[in-house]
Amino acid sequence: MGTPLLELRGINKSFGPVQVLRDVALTVHPGEVTALIGDNGAGKSTLVKCIGGIYPIDSGEYLMEGKPVHVHNPRDAASHGVEIVYQDLALCDNLDIVQNMFLGREKKSGMILDEPTMEQLAQQTLAGLSVRTVKSVRQQVSSLSGGQRQTVAIAKAVLWNSKLVILDEPTAALGVAQTQQVLELVRRLADNGLAVVLISHNMNDVFAVSDQIAALYLGRMAAQVKTSDVTHSQVVELITSGRSGTLGLVEEGAAA
Amino acid sequence: MSTTTTNPYETGEKVALPAKDDGGLWGYLRSYGQRVRGGDMGALPAVLGIIVLSIVFSAARPSFLTPLNFANLLTQAGPIVVLGMGLVFVLLLGEIDLSAGFASGVCAAVLAIMLTTHGFPWYVGVLAAIVTGVVIGLLLGFLVAKVGIPSFVVTLAGFLAFQGTVLWLLKEGTNISIRDEVIISLENEYLPPTVGWALGALTVLGFAATQLIQQRNRRRRGLPALLWQVVTFRVVGLAVLVGIAVAVLNEERSRNALFSLKGVPIVVPVIGVLLLLWTFVLRRTAFGRHIYAVGGNREAARRAGIAVDRIRISAFVICSAMAAVSGILAASMARSVDPNTGGSNVLLYGVAAAVIGGTSLFGGKGRVLDAVLGGLVITMIINGMGLVGWSSAYKYVATGIVLLLAASVDAFSRRRSAASS
Ligand SMILES: Nc1ncnc2c1ncn2[C@@H]1O[C@H](COP(=O)(O)OP(=O)(O)OP(=O)(O)O)[C@@H](O)[C@H]1O
Ligand SMILES: [Mg+2]
Repeated sequence: MGTPLLELRGINKSFGPVQVLRDVALTVHPGEVTALIGDNGAGKSTLVKCIGGIYPIDSGEYLMEGKPVHVHNPRDAASHGVEIVYQDLALCDNLDIVQNMFLGREKKSGMILDEPTMEQLAQQTLAGLSVRTVKSVRQQVSSLSGGQRQTVAIAKAVLWNSKLVILDEPTAALGVAQTQQVLELVRRLADNGLAVVLISHNMNDVFAVSDQIAALYLGRMAAQVKTSDVTHSQVVELITSGRSGTLGLVEEGAAA
Repeated sequence: MSTTTTNPYETGEKVALPAKDDGGLWGYLRSYGQRVRGGDMGALPAVLGIIVLSIVFSAARPSFLTPLNFANLLTQAGPIVVLGMGLVFVLLLGEIDLSAGFASGVCAAVLAIMLTTHGFPWYVGVLAAIVTGVVIGLLLGFLVAKVGIPSFVVTLAGFLAFQGTVLWLLKEGTNISIRDEVIISLENEYLPPTVGWALGALTVLGFAATQLIQQRNRRRRGLPALLWQVVTFRVVGLAVLVGIAVAVLNEERSRNALFSLKGVPIVVPVIGVLLLLWTFVLRRTAFGRHIYAVGGNREAARRAGIAVDRIRISAFVICSAMAAVSGILAASMARSVDPNTGGSNVLLYGVAAAVIGGTSLFGGKGRVLDAVLGGLVITMIINGMGLVGWSSAYKYVATGIVLLLAASVDAFSRRRSAASS
C-alpha cells in the first residue's frame, strides 16, 4: 500500500470534562471504502466533525498524503479535498438543488453569480452519478424525498475536486431500494479513485461495500482491519466489547 | 498509488436531466397552480389585497381613485416601503428588528440637526443620517450575533433607548423644521411629465432586456428556459402597469388654475432605485444567497464555510441604514422632525408591509419587492380609512388585524409546504 490519503494519529477530543475521543488513529486509502463503525455514542460523528474542521482537535496528528496539515474550519478541510456528508445532511430547505450544491462556493463572473454555469455543473454531476430521480435541479430541496436529499448531499461532496468523501450514516433513513442506490453510489466513488469513509450501523451494508473496517469503542479505536480478514461476528464483538480474540483493545487492567 | 486530483464527474457525458415537464404554456400554468396550492403564494395575497381595497374604497369614496389621491398614496407609502425593505433582510434571517422605527427617528433627528441647526448641505445631512443608521445596525447586529442575545430582546431594548435618544436629540420634544429644498422635494415634488415617461420607458426596456438576455443565455447553454409567452406576458404586463401609472400621474391634479400639479412623485424613482439595488444584492450576489442560506438553515450555512456572524450583522446594518433612509423620507414628508418621527405605528407598518408582501416571519423566504407591494396595501388601508373618515382608533385596530391576517397566511403556507414535502 502506498501513502494513505488521510492519516490520523493520537487524536484526542473533549467537550468540557467529557473526553469523547481518546488517542484515536485512522488511515484511509484512495480507491477504498473504509467503514467506520461503533455503537451509539462511540464518537463516530465527533471524529468526522474533527476531520471536517467543525470541531478543533485537542491534540494529535492530522496528515494528508503524508504531510501534516492544520484544519481549523470547514474551508480548510475543503481546501485539502475533504468533503463530508453529515448525518443531518445540512441542506437549506429554502434553496434549490443547485444553490445547495454550490453553497459557500458559488461560481461568479465578476461579482455576479454565474447561475447557468452552476446549473450545468450540477446537472453534469448528477448525471455522472447516474441520478435520474430528480425532476429539475431547480427544485427546492424541501420538495425532495429522503433518498433524493441524500443524493444531493453526496453530489455536493463530489462536485469539488474532492479526494476524500466522508458519509455519516447515509442510508439510516432510507428504504431498501434507495439504500441500494446510495451504496452503489458509494462504491462508484471509490472505484473512481476517491477515498471514502462510510459510517454505518448496518453490518450487511458494511460488508457489501467496504474494503477496510475501523471500529470505535467508547471513543477509542478498537481496531482497523481488512474487511476480507474478519467475520460478521468478530466485527459485532469489536463494536460491543472493543475486542475480539487477538483483535481490539488490550484489557483495561493490562493497559494501566 | 496515485490519487485523482480532478473531479471525474465534471467532464462526464453531458446527459441532461429530463428537462422540466414540457407541458408548454398549460404545463407552466399547472405547475404555478401547484406551487400556490403547495403554500408558495408569492405576491398573490398582496396583489389581491390591492385590487380588493381599490374596489372597496373607491365604492365608498369616489375620491379614492383619483390622480390626486394616487399621487398622495405613493408619497405616503414612501417611508413605510423603505422601512419594510430593510426589515426584509432581518426577517430573512428569521430575526426581528423592533427598534427600526425609532432608529429611523434618531437618524431623522440627526439629519434635522445637521441641516437646520448647523446649516450643512443636504448631502452631508443624508450621509450623517445613514452613518448613524449603520452604527445602530452594527451595535444591534453585534449584540445579536456575537453576544448571543435574542434579536427580540436586543431590539426591544433599542426600541426604548432610541425613543429616549430622539427626545434627547430634540431637547425634550421641540420640533425642528426642515427647510432644505432637496430634502423637501423627495416627498413633495414631482418629475416633469417627459422625464416620467422617459424613466418609465427605461424601466420597461431594461426589464425586457435583462429577461431576454437571461433566457437566451440559458437556451444557448442547453438549459431549460422560460417559455416566450411567459416572458412576453411579464414584459407587457409591466409595460401596461408602468404606462397607466405614468399616464395617470402626469394628469393635472391642481384645481387651482394659477399653479400646476402633475408628474410622478420624486419618491417613486428613489424607491425604484432601492428596489433594484437590493433585489440585485439578494438575487445575483453570493452575499444575498448567503442571507437566504443563514435564514434557511444556519448550521448548514456554517458548515458550508459561510461567515454566519458577519451575514447576521450585515443584515442588521442594512435594516438600520434603510431605516435611516425611511426617516429622511418621513422628515421630508412632514417638513420637520419631532419626537414622534418614526414612533407609534411606523414599525408595525414596516413589518406588516414585508409580511403582507409575502416575506416569512420564520426566515428564509422573502423579497425586497414584497415590501413595495405590502407597503402599498398598508398605505391604501391608512389612506382609504382616512378618506372614509374613520378615527385613529379604527385605523389601529384594522392595521393590527391586517398584520395578523398576513402572518396567518404566512404560517398557513409554511404548514402547507411542510406537509407537501
Ligand atoms: N457538542 C457536544 N458536546 C458535548 N458532548 C458531545 C457533543 N457532541 C457529542 N457529544 C458526546 O460525544 C459522544 C459521542 O457522540 P457522537 O455523536 O460522536 O457518537 P456517534 O458514534 O456518532 O453515535 P451515533 O451512532 O448515535 O450517531 C456522545 O456521548 C455524545 O453525548
Ligand atoms: Mg453519529
